[in-house]
Amino acid sequence: MGLTPRPDVVSVEPRANEGWITTRLDFLVNWARANSLWPMPFGTACCAIEFMATAASQFDLARFGMERMSFSPRQSDVLICAGRVPFKLAPVIRRIWQQMPQPKWCISMGACASTGGMFDNYAVVQGIDTIIPVDVYVPGCPPRPEGLIYGIMLLQEKVKRERMKDETLRTEMEPDPGSQLYIPPSAINELSEPFGNSVHQTRSGL
Amino acid sequence: MTAPFTPYAPGSAQPPGSAEPATPKGVRHRGGDANPSAEALRDRFGPAVRRVDVVWGETTVVIDPARALDVVRWLHDEPSQRYELLADVTAVEFRDVEQPIEVVWHLRSLAFRRFLRLKAELPKGGPLEVPSVWPVHKGADWLERECFDMFGIRFAGHPDLRRILMWEQYREGYPLRKDFPLRGRFSRAEQLRQALAANPEARYSMEELSIADAFEDLPSDMRARLRSGEKTGE
Repeated sequence: MGLTPRPDVVSVEPRANEGWITTRLDFLVNWARANSLWPMPFGTACCAIEFMATAASQFDLARFGMERMSFSPRQSDVLICAGRVPFKLAPVIRRIWQQMPQPKWCISMGACASTGGMFDNYAVVQGIDTIIPVDVYVPGCPPRPEGLIYGIMLLQEKVKRERMKDETLRTEMEPDPGSQLYIPPSAINELSEPFGNSVHQTRSGL
Repeated sequence: MTAPFTPYAPGSAQPPGSAEPATPKGVRHRGGDANPSAEALRDRFGPAVRRVDVVWGETTVVIDPARALDVVRWLHDEPSQRYELLADVTAVEFRDVEQPIEVVWHLRSLAFRRFLRLKAELPKGGPLEVPSVWPVHKGADWLERECFDMFGIRFAGHPDLRRILMWEQYREGYPLRKDFPLRGRFSRAEQLRQALAANPEARYSMEELSIADAFEDLPSDMRARLRSGEKTGE
């Protein structure tokens, strides 16, 4: 074998099966996208510690092409919301989401980001899906790195099944009543209802 | 709903006739030696000192709310006291509706290694207002803002009394008050709508001293916004 000089003329011989592949464009693009998701970490609480552990050498997010933390939303693909989001941060996370270029995805990491968790009080958003669209929810308080990695692999599966022809995937959804992102107030109230027997804590006793 | 409220007190689980509760080092629950500053305050301020409690060895002086600044200033300036560290300013509201709201100052004298707790009782029906101790302790600025934000207590003389934890257009009241529902007064949808209406980029005001120092370095559009008096960009 050894190195061969670069040929001056490239001739395509259909029967020589070296150097050429044919595939679907969807497959190729999705393969590239799914394996180089650049995360935008939005860490507000203890979930961010687990996220850092996931990114560090023991669990090594670089295996998934995610070693580049993007601390600018303009150069990122997936928003990972790790931790509770208070109402004061609600406009901030929505602005970050709007600044991210398409295509973009969102992982809601942990109980607080997904549902408000134990913070069912006056200050905490009851699930970031009332603000921005979420692709994958990772349960746990906080999730172990294996859990987050499983969520990332689920997201990769989702990315690999997208069709470029499907334009609705990439249309920017604005939070007005005409768009898909719009959640009517009744739905937000229903999503924010507490689970279990904690309904009575609304009453203050006075 | 109206079940009698029986608070736990130290020793309440002991059988009747047991010894008075005390720590292993012999500090009694009630009574014991008061901080000498309490006696000095009585001499200096007379009837403005309403009560002196000693609980677990720590001295609490209940004072007239109107004299709070005078008391704190005297404790700070008097060479025999030198309470130069203001550790905390906070408030307490009790579940009992008859009991007044208490504003609490934690003072520490580094020179004499003393700790003193000042309290001012504000009856619930009346105006919740005490003098600000900001003229003496500059560190009281944010502590009093937090107390105002959470309890609605007005600190007269504070240079910039506005909310610090909740956003400035927060309309639901004072979250740590007992009559505040845990989930807030509005529906979740309304809370979210009001929160999202805020402009996250317009958080600065000229009152923030660090911004005022860097004013000339700011971009021109932000300078124009601040000059126009904009605070929150609502």
